[in-house]
Amino acid sequence: MSVRVQTEDFDIGVESRALQADSVGGIALFVGTVRGLSSDNGVTAMTLEHYPGMTEGELERIEADAMDRWPLERVTIIHRVGRLLAGEQIVLVATASAHRQAAFDAAQFIMDFLKTDAPFWKAEERDGKTSWVEARDSDTAARDKWHDDSASPSRSGSGD
Amino acid sequence: MSQTSITLRYFAWMREHTGADAETIDLPDGVTSVGDLLPLLRDRSAGHALALSNMRTVRVAVNRAYGDLDTPVSAGDEVAFFPPVTGG
Repeated sequence: MSVRVQTEDFDIGVESRALQADSVGGIALFVGTVRGLSSDNGVTAMTLEHYPGMTEGELERIEADAMDRWPLERVTIIHRVGRLLAGEQIVLVATASAHRQAAFDAAQFIMDFLKTDAPFWKAEERDGKTSWVEARDSDTAARDKWHDDSASPSRSGSGD
Repeated sequence: MSQTSITLRYFAWMREHTGADAETIDLPDGVTSVGDLLPLLRDRSAGHALALSNMRTVRVAVNRAYGDLDTPVSAGDEVAFFPPVTGG
């Protein structure tokens, strides 16, 4: 189990290799990045604020929930804070398991809960002005799909 | 911090409205829940009143765990108010 909140960038190659182990058959990595100027929102940078202490606690709780739910060997969650420019990496969720389905599903589960429960806030810079990002109902809906007992939000049943 | 005080924390646009990321207040008699605190906090400044005007857009944590207006509050606690989160 590994949770890190940091200003510095991360190297997905290093993080992926760190999860490798004899029992691991697959590693799923999700990397979130800052959408840039060429996308429809015209953001040049954003600043991420968080609640030190609570952030780490929430991420550890989400990670523990995922490890209870799937047969994961190892998990890494890294979330950056501070000012990030368009194109920079924001978040890494990496899950290692004997089989791919657990790795894929757990990574999605962790991201869905991170988006709604981990106390981070984004302020976007656009045309020289800064504004706070508003939470989206679609993120809450994505999380709430996990509240039934299926292994995946997009699938029924709990098969391998 | 004295034995009878609590720490308040504000984040994101709520911090900008209150003008402080943290403040310590004495816990008045009769305050036993987060909801009991709200009238006192709104009286602190116009910015506080604005930040805490619509609690449907505010999330609450007590001692760094999510709570709500019914969550008990006692001396020594840390009570945080913040907008819905937007990380990831």
